[in-house]
Order: sequence, then C-alpha cells, then structure tokens
Amino acid sequence: MSGVQNISRRDFLKQSGIAGAVVLGANVVPGPMIAAVRAQSGGASIQPNLFVGIAADGTVTITCSRSEMGQGVRTGIPMILADELEADWHRVKIWQAPGDAEKYDPAGKDGQNTDGSRSTRHHLDVMRELGAAGRYVLEQAAARKWGVDAGEVYAKDHRIHHTGTGQSFDFGEVVDAAADIEVPTGAGAPKLKDMSQWKYIGRDMPVVDNYDMSTGGASFGADISIPGMKIAVVARPPVYRGKAKSFDATAALGVQGVEQVVEIPPLPDDKPAEFRALGGIAVVGTNTWSVLEGRRKLAIEWEDGPHTAHDSSTYDDELRAAAAAGGHVIRDRGNVDEALAAADQSLEAEYFVPYFIHTPMEPPAAIVDANARPVKVVAATQSPNETRQYVAEALGLEKSDVTCEVTLLGGGFGRKSKPDFACEAAILSKMIGSPVRVQWTREDEIRNGYYHAASAHRLKAGLDASGKVTAWHHSGAWPSLIALWAPDARTGHPIEYGLGLIDTPYDGVPNLRIENGEASAMIRVGWYRSVNNIQHAFAMNCFANELAAAAGRDPVEFLLELIGEADVMDLAKDGVENPWNYGDSVEEWPIMPKRLSNVLRVAAAKSGYGKTMPKGHGLGLACHRSFHSYVAAAVHVVGSGTMARSGFPRWTWPSTAAGTSIPKG
Amino acid sequence: MVSIRINGISRQFHGSPDMPLLWYVRDELGLTGSKFGCGMALCGACTMHVDGVAVRSCVTPVSYADGKEVTTIEGLDPEGNHPVQRAWRAHNVPQCGYCQSGQIMSAAALLQSNPDPSDEEIVSGMAGNICRCGTYQRIFAAVRTAAQEV
Ligand code: FES
Ligand code: FES
Repeated sequence: MSGVQNISRRDFLKQSGIAGAVVLGANVVPGPMIAAVRAQSGGASIQPNLFVGIAADGTVTITCSRSEMGQGVRTGIPMILADELEADWHRVKIWQAPGDAEKYDPAGKDGQNTDGSRSTRHHLDVMRELGAAGRYVLEQAAARKWGVDAGEVYAKDHRIHHTGTGQSFDFGEVVDAAADIEVPTGAGAPKLKDMSQWKYIGRDMPVVDNYDMSTGGASFGADISIPGMKIAVVARPPVYRGKAKSFDATAALGVQGVEQVVEIPPLPDDKPAEFRALGGIAVVGTNTWSVLEGRRKLAIEWEDGPHTAHDSSTYDDELRAAAAAGGHVIRDRGNVDEALAAADQSLEAEYFVPYFIHTPMEPPAAIVDANARPVKVVAATQSPNETRQYVAEALGLEKSDVTCEVTLLGGGFGRKSKPDFACEAAILSKMIGSPVRVQWTREDEIRNGYYHAASAHRLKAGLDASGKVTAWHHSGAWPSLIALWAPDARTGHPIEYGLGLIDTPYDGVPNLRIENGEASAMIRVGWYRSVNNIQHAFAMNCFANELAAAAGRDPVEFLLELIGEADVMDLAKDGVENPWNYGDSVEEWPIMPKRLSNVLRVAAAKSGYGKTMPKGHGLGLACHRSFHSYVAAAVHVVGSGTMARSGFPRWTWPSTAAGTSIPKG
Repeated sequence: MVSIRINGISRQFHGSPDMPLLWYVRDELGLTGSKFGCGMALCGACTMHVDGVAVRSCVTPVSYADGKEVTTIEGLDPEGNHPVQRAWRAHNVPQCGYCQSGQIMSAAALLQSNPDPSDEEIVSGMAGNICRCGTYQRIFAAVRTAAQEV
C-alpha cells in the first residue's frame, strides 16, 4: 500500500496546492519502490505528493503532476481516483503541479518527465488506493453524523447513502466531519472496488479540458503572458553547432514593434548540446508578427562549423554500409553463420527509415522571468523538472532558484522533454532585463528541432526445406541519441537496444544474432514517440512478411511460428544480462512471446484475415512489443498502394495480472 | 487606421495594416483561443470568421478585415454553446486540443454555408484543418451531429 494519509490538519496541506476541507495525500511510487523510499526516508512516513481534496461544495480536486499533451493524462489518471471515490466526474477539477521531481518522483523513476509511456503504469495502483481512502473517510464521517455504524453507509454518485433510512449526504456535507479521520493501513485498509464495479476505468470519459478546448479557453505555452513580457524569435544557425560570424540588425530594428536584436551566445564547443540553448540572433519586441518580420530582415553571416558536410544522401549510404558491417553483437543465440550456410533458402533485405521531426501541432514556446527570485518559467514542457535544471544552468543559478509551471501542451511526442527553448527565453530575459516569451515557428522546428534518428537495417534469414526459419540475423545502425551528451558516441545505447531490438520476440528461431553498426550523430537526435521501436518494428515485420512470401507460406502463421508460444522469453540464455527494459526489471515486466502471438491472432480474427479478398486488395499484419505493451495491427490496402480503409485493432496489457486499459491513456 | 468589429466590439488598430489578424487578435487583444500552427495557411489552427466566412487568420492582413465583422472562437457563442461546440463535447473530440479552435470555426462556417452537408462535403470542407493527434473520426462525427441541430 502507498500509505494514504488524511492530511487535512497537517503541515503537508499547505504544500499540496489543493484546496478542500478534507485533503488526502499519498505517494506516487510504483509498488515495489515503496519499500526503498521508506528505507530512504528512515522508515518515517513519506511526504505525500499526490492529493485529493474535497471541498465543502463537494468539488473534488486531484493533483496531476504529469504533463497533458493529448495522451489524456489529466483525464485518465484522475478518473481512476474518481471511480474508486464514487465521485461524479463532472464535479472533479484538476490541479496541475509545477516541476518538482524531489516531490513528485521521490523514487527517481522518471524525473517527473512525462515520456516513456509510463504515467498510467506508475499511477494506477496509488490512484485507486487514494480514491478508496477518500471514500472511506467520507463514509466514516457520514456514519458519525448519523450516529450509525459505518457498515450501514456507502458512497455512490458523489453522495453517502444510509441503507436503513435511504437518507443521503452530498460529499460536501460531510467533509467537516472527515478532517480528522485516520486512514487505516494493513489489513484494515480501505477496500478497493472489484473490477466489475468500475464505472469510469475502462470507459471513454469526457476529457476534463473539453469545455475549455471547445471555447478557446485552454491555455498552451504561447497563450501565457506575464506583466512586462517581451516576445522573441531567434534566428538559429542553419548548420548544427554553427555560429553567427557577424550580423546587421539595422533593417530589423526598423520594423515597428521590434525593440532589440541581441545575440544568444553560441554554446561553447566543448559543451554537449543536451537540452541547452545553442545560440542565435534574437529579435525581441512587443508582438509576434513584428519580431517575425524583423527576423526576416536580419542579415547574418554564419560560420557553419564541422557539420557542414552533413548531406542526407551521403549519410544515408554511410548508415547502410554501417548496418551491413555490424560489428557489435548484442544478442547471440546458437550459430547464425552455420545455420545460414546450411539453409535451403536464404534471403537478405535492407530497410531504411529517414529522419523524422516531431512537429507537435503547437510549436515550442516558453516564458521566463529570469530577473525574479525565484526565476519564473511557464512552459509547454513534458519535463518541468529538467526545465528548471537547464534554465538554472543557463543563468548560473541553482535548480532551487527556478520554478516551472506547466501549461497544456499542443502535442509533445518527446520534443517537449527537451527544454532548449526555455533556456533561450531565460538567457534573453536575463540579457534584456524583462520577462521574455520565446516563440518557435513551424520552420524553426523543422530546421532546428531534435530529429528522430535515421536508421538502416540489414536483415538476413535462412529457411529450411519446409519453409521454417532456422537463422535470423538483424544488424542496425543509427546515430545514437546519447550523442546529445556524448557527441563522440558511435554505437547505440542499451536503452536504444531495449527499444524493440534486443528483445526481438522471435523466440521460435533457433539461431539468432543481433548486431549494431557504428554511426555518428550529425544533428540533434532526440527521442520521438515510441523511439527506436519505430524502425525495429518496421524492419522486422516487413522482413518476416517477405520471408513468408519467399517460402510460399501464410504470413500470419509464419509470424506465429517465429514468435512461438513461450510465456516468457529469457534473454539470459542468449547471453544478454540485465537488458534495459523500460526502466523496469524483467522479473516484474517480462518479455512474453505468447502475449504477442495472442494479440496477433486477435487482430487476424477481427480484421477478417484469411477471407478471400477482391482482386487488388490486401491485408497486412504486424505486431510488436513496445513499452511493455503488445500490439498488433492489420492494414487493408487497395490497388496501387492507396490505403482504402485501415483498421488498427490495438490491445495493450499494462499489467501482468489484469488487462487494464484506461482510455485516453 | 483599421476599424474592425471583433466578437461584436468595435476596435481601431493604428499599427501596420499588414499585420496578420491572428497576431493582432492574440498579441494586441489578448484573445488566445485562435492558435498559431504554421503561419502559412497550411494547418487551419488559426481559423476565424470574417463576415461569416472562414479565413486563415495567419495570412489575412488586418486591412482585409477593415469595416468587417470578425468572429473568433471566443465569440462564436456567448456561453460556448454553439451547436458545433456542444457536438464537440458530446463526441469528446479533443486530444491535445491545440487544433480544435480552428476545427470548430471551420465546422461552424461549413454548416453556416451548407446546413445539410453530405459525408463527402464534410470531409472536403474540413480537409484544410490538420489534427496532429488524429482526431478526424470524432471531428467527422461531431460535424454530423451538429448538422442535425443547425
Ligand atoms: S496557423 Fe494559420 S493555417 Fe496554420
Ligand atoms: S487535438 Fe491535438 S492536434 Fe488536434
């Protein structure tokens, strides 16, 4: 249990950010971590970081400490709690927590960074417990008011009912009597609802920001203004790590509304890019259009630096050659070379995935007042805690000198985990002595954003006379995102291997080798959505389908044979010890081929796979394990490759025991 | 000087007549419901009505709206209860929400000019509004629902 505490009369209350006559606190820490945290804190009760408050008018306020970017975290996580609490969803409000990882991620699991597809996984249990505890104290309070046994009362639809008399109280009517009711732990801890009684979890619930989003009232990064704020856009070097040699701002300064043109100094060559501001010429003024016009009128001479030779076609060829060369064996089973030599038929194919840019619908924007203490940052960020850290560094301050409020994000996809844009605003704010909002444009994002790695994959396989795969060899090469910290990195990081490559689920293949070839990063490579799973799933599923065709076999049956029916795939037997497993242990979150086979079978059945299709139609299936979820997709393609209708049946199992899916999550 | 009525209020603007309506409305008037997505009439996030017709305000100079009536998402309905807005909520359309002001303004203009659109007319009428989250099926369903009400 997470140790839910009634803190209505406690010191924690003022730090909760939550108003209410009754406030309960708990800790968001995944189950097994709780012991570690308790140990760390000397066995004392943990300082709560998740709160639910119930006010005298019945309004329920719930903390959201992770960033909303369309994945539904402000809806999906609170509705777990609301369900257990028996709250009316329409009377629930969300309080968005600022960046404070010490508080919101005490176990150091995610740094309060909303990425890695883990928010729901980390919150499910504790939100249920907190909701159940809230229900418990309200029931106790009502029983006390009526002078009846608590066994005679129950919460339902935002009211506490008495079974005998049919009387009921609104939640708000009992909060005064609930403030000092302790939440029992251990065997007497409030009971969770049975899954069959869930009314919100697993359902499509109204998005909490629905009204604001349909009336223009929802606030994103660029929608925030603070007194005295200036608006800035930045002309950034056209080549990664380039610098301005000289610039002439005369014409820019002639634009009405432009006030200053200043240089954000280039990041020193010996400092890795990470999430830092790389430098550029900033145009600062009173409105966005003026500074955009001013930027168009800047005359800048750039010094391009070492990456000027980066050219897509040459680089793509280098990646292809690196994939073919391989060299770093990361998983090895049996003897692939012998099996390939002995094969009746062998096949080789290459798959290439180009750079992707995140292009969230909302281009990055951040507001910083660097002259206030603490420094104020308001940003569309997935990672408010790292935003504080990098802004502090940019200003020569400590993280504790910087606060960060989180707005709604108009999409994130990993781009907004990287607070370079807030660093630019911080540097400018300090330079000009006013708060600054830095606005990126769509073109800025495409020219100067963080790109998902381009990658090349060389796959080889051997088949025996019956068309069964006897050898599978996959060699991939890509610029590692670790180059953001270690620019000389030439190989992938264990994290990237763990993203659908080292855990290649083809457990049914007796000889299997996975390699990584070397490549250098020539631009900022940063994670994008499911990260390397994208190219790995693409390459291996395409190749499996091509192999099936070469063998003249049914591709679904072929994939099922590759995957096999093992409950758990043990990587240790292929020489892999402690693979990176989405930050979790393989004991807790094993790699389960059978689950993958199952979702593939379901997708095949639901998509009508196997039925005769009209001429020119085709149905393709693929499946993959990504972030502990097992996903299969079927796509119906017509004619010359035009997608006529595509169905994406998607099944996720975020927990090993129960299939629990929180919609909007 | 440019004179415009915005959401029923008369305004005079003395700045550059070339300034796009989007930036005038967002930065000068502080109405931030209309969003900046691309600035090049490619995404629809900035959609407003000028004399009832949907325009991409990021490329529409204020001078174009001189003497005209401009409606932004904030002015579509005083209570936020335009049939399109209600349909949007009923269908739980938004994900991140960033494109949705523009989607709603495009849908409202579409139904204004064509109260009974066919499926194809909905698709083509909404085609210029991009949703990076991919909420298109719900957008379509919400426009259908709203069409029954207007
Ligand atoms: S911002 Fe106007 S169409 Fe994209
Ligand atoms: S809801 Fe996110 S872009 Fe449309």
